[in-house]
This record gives sequence, structure tokens and C-alpha cells, in this order.
Amino acid sequence: MIGEIVAWLTDPENWSGSGGVPMQMLLHLYYCVVSVAVAAVIAVPLGLYIGHTGRGAVFVVGVGNAIRALPTLGVVTLLVLFLGVGEVPALAGLVVLAIPAILSGTYAGIRNVPAEAVDAARGMGMTGRQRLLGVEIPNALPLVFGGVRSAMLQVVATATVAAYVGLGGLGRTLLDGLKVSDYAQMAAAAILVATLAVVLDAVLAGLSRAFVPRGVVLAAQTTAAGPTER
Amino acid sequence: MIEEFARFFGSPSNRELVVGSLLEHLYLSLVPLLLGLLLALPLGRLAQQVTRVRALVLGASNVVYTVPSLALFVLIPGIIGTPLLSSINVVIALTLYTAALLVRPVLDALVAVPQHVIAAATAMGYRQGRRFLAVELPLAVPVLVAGVRVASVSNISLVSVGALVGIGGLGRLFTDGFQRDYLFQIGVGIAFTLLLALLIDLLLVAVWRRLTPWARAGQVSAA
Repeated sequence: MIGEIVAWLTDPENWSGSGGVPMQMLLHLYYCVVSVAVAAVIAVPLGLYIGHTGRGAVFVVGVGNAIRALPTLGVVTLLVLFLGVGEVPALAGLVVLAIPAILSGTYAGIRNVPAEAVDAARGMGMTGRQRLLGVEIPNALPLVFGGVRSAMLQVVATATVAAYVGLGGLGRTLLDGLKVSDYAQMAAAAILVATLAVVLDAVLAGLSRAFVPRGVVLAAQTTAAGPTER
Repeated sequence: MIEEFARFFGSPSNRELVVGSLLEHLYLSLVPLLLGLLLALPLGRLAQQVTRVRALVLGASNVVYTVPSLALFVLIPGIIGTPLLSSINVVIALTLYTAALLVRPVLDALVAVPQHVIAAATAMGYRQGRRFLAVELPLAVPVLVAGVRVASVSNISLVSVGALVGIGGLGRLFTDGFQRDYLFQIGVGIAFTLLLALLIDLLLVAVWRRLTPWARAGQVSAA
């Protein structure tokens, strides 16, 4: 079994051409990055607004949970039947499923900014806009990145499923293997998807470490190691 | 809309499909929830007590949770030798996800039990095992329930993906509806999935209330 998978993975034929591993992997990556980016463009400002003003918080929590319960295969098949077969409807499904994680991460990030920090900023005479940009957003960054990471995991998985409605990528390789009962190909594609997911998650974790200001990290460490022990 | 509804549920074969898929869905999401919880408790306990195990368990659960569901459904038969189209694969995969999701809350909840409570229980003569079951675990319930609620919603939504490898509860309505270009049937599948998630969530909240009578008592005395 393992021998067959290794044989599939090392067969040069599977690594060339438009259906080959590198092309499908790039395509998969492209779908994921594009849909998470679009979702972030929608969800981050909305989350910032709701977190900053407190307006619509019930909506975010309620709808966020409902969307999390949505079956991804159902959403993707529904959208494709509704909007027509093609890349765009399938990608729209990915965006829809990526939004709640980023939205609730951003919202929670802003909400969890220590009140003392915001008060101190106000006391120093910072305007609402300055507080948002200089205090609230930097403090919220770890949770925003957390939201982006879980959105990315969701999207990598859903992009695999979306091969069922005609999207390319590694899911295509997997389902093509299923169609001809080629277990080695399915398992190889599954391993590649899993690797892609783990690597993407690690990259985002690294980005998060690079972008979160040092002061925020230090503050989190001191509260974590504080006398309350947690 | 109502007409379509009547037409869909008027057909006995459709009713049979929905009820059958619903029951399968319930089984495929709840059995792993229970097994995953039973797996996460000892793992979380171990992670709490042995620092070296902690990093390992948390790291492993992170990786497991990162692997896309379809990939896991496909890889499990290769690893343990079950047939590709067996429901055991979905059960094992979702058990792993549940355990991976719950280890962290179990650990956090156990760490959060106040030291003086544990000391008091020890002084009253509780041995370690009984102290864990009778004192630490009940106090961990609120955090645990939050984790279990997330896991149940996530399981219920993930089961459908199994339809791509032949076992998917309500997911069958999606693949079948897609093949037949039948939008309404997919809508029914989504609606029932959401309904199921909601019902199980309400059930979990009810169980939580039963398990933590002191939480309500505290509210009364505080009022």
C-alpha cells in the first residue's frame, strides 16, 4: 500500500503537465489565497467597525455560529447549481465560508483589547481614529491572525471538496483517483493536501509572529505568567 | 416554495431518503463526539500532569485538526486497512477531530481548578482518581461544554463531506441533488443540517445545566 503511494508520488509522469502535482498544487494554493484575501477585505473592516462601536455584535455572534454549522459541500453544490458551473461560483462559496472565522476573530480581537489601554489612550488625548489605529488594531492582531488561520484551514479543506463541482486543484486529483478506484492516487493527493494545509498554517503562524508588535507579545506573556496563573 | 415543499415531501422515496440520511447523520456525528470526548479526557489529564507530554499532545492535536476532512477520510483506510467506503472511516476521522479540538479545553479547564479546592478534597481523604472524577472534572464542565458545543457543530457540518466517499448522512442529499440538478433537495439538506446542529446544541446546553447545579445556585445568591 505505502509502496504504491510512494511509487505514485515519485512517478515523473504525475509531476508534469497541466494535471500534474505542481500545477494542481499551485492552483489549490491560488484558490485558497484569493478567497481568504477577498474574505479578509470584507470581514476585517466589518469586524473592526463592529468591535469598535459595539453595534451589531449580536448579529456577528449569531450569524457567525450559524455559518459555521453550514455543511460546506451543501453550500458549494447549491451555489454552483444556482450561479452556474465555473470557478467563480465555487470560489464564492469558499469566500462565504471563510468570512465568519475572520469576522469573529477581528471582532473578538477588538473587544478583548484591555480597557485600561484604551482609557489611557483616551486620557492622552488620542481621537477615536488614533485609538483604533494605534492601540486597538495592534492589540487585536493576534486574534485577527488566529481568525485568518482558521479561515485558511477551512478554505484548504473546502477547496478540496469543491473539486466535486468542477474546481481544479488537489481535490481534482483525489476525486479523479476515486473515479477510477486508484487508491494510490487518492492517498497521494490526500497526503499532498494535508501537507499543503500544515505548511500554510505554519506560514501564517510565522507571519503572525512577524507582524504582531513586540510590546503586545510581551504584555500577553506577563499577564499569562502573572500571579493568577492563567 | 410551499408547492415545492409539498411536492418534495409528498414523495415517499424522498421522505425515506431524508429520514434515513438524518438518522445516519446523527449517528455519524454523535458517536465520534462521545468517543472523542472519552479520548480527550485522559489525554488532557496526562498533558496537565506531564509537561513533556503537553507539548506533544497539543502539537499533535494541532496537526490533526489542520488536515482537511476529505484527506483524512481517504487516508484512514490506508492506515488501518478498512474498506474505503466504510462508515468506520468517517467515525474515526471525526473522533480524531473531536479529540484534537477538546484536548486544549480539557487541559485549560483542569488547570483552572483552584488549588485550594484540590487541597481541600485531598484533606477530606479523596484519592487521586476519585478526586479527579468527583471534584476536578465537575468543576471543569463549563469550559468543557463550550468545547463540546463547538465540536458538535463542527462534526455535524463535516459529516456531509463523507458523501464524496459514499458515507455522508445528509450529504447524500447534496451529491444526489447536484447530480439531478435539484436545488430544492440541496436546500432541504442544508436546512436539516442546521436544524440538527441547533437541536444538539440546545440538548448540550440542557445537559450542562443539569451537570452544574451550583452555577444557578451561585446566581441566586448573588442576586
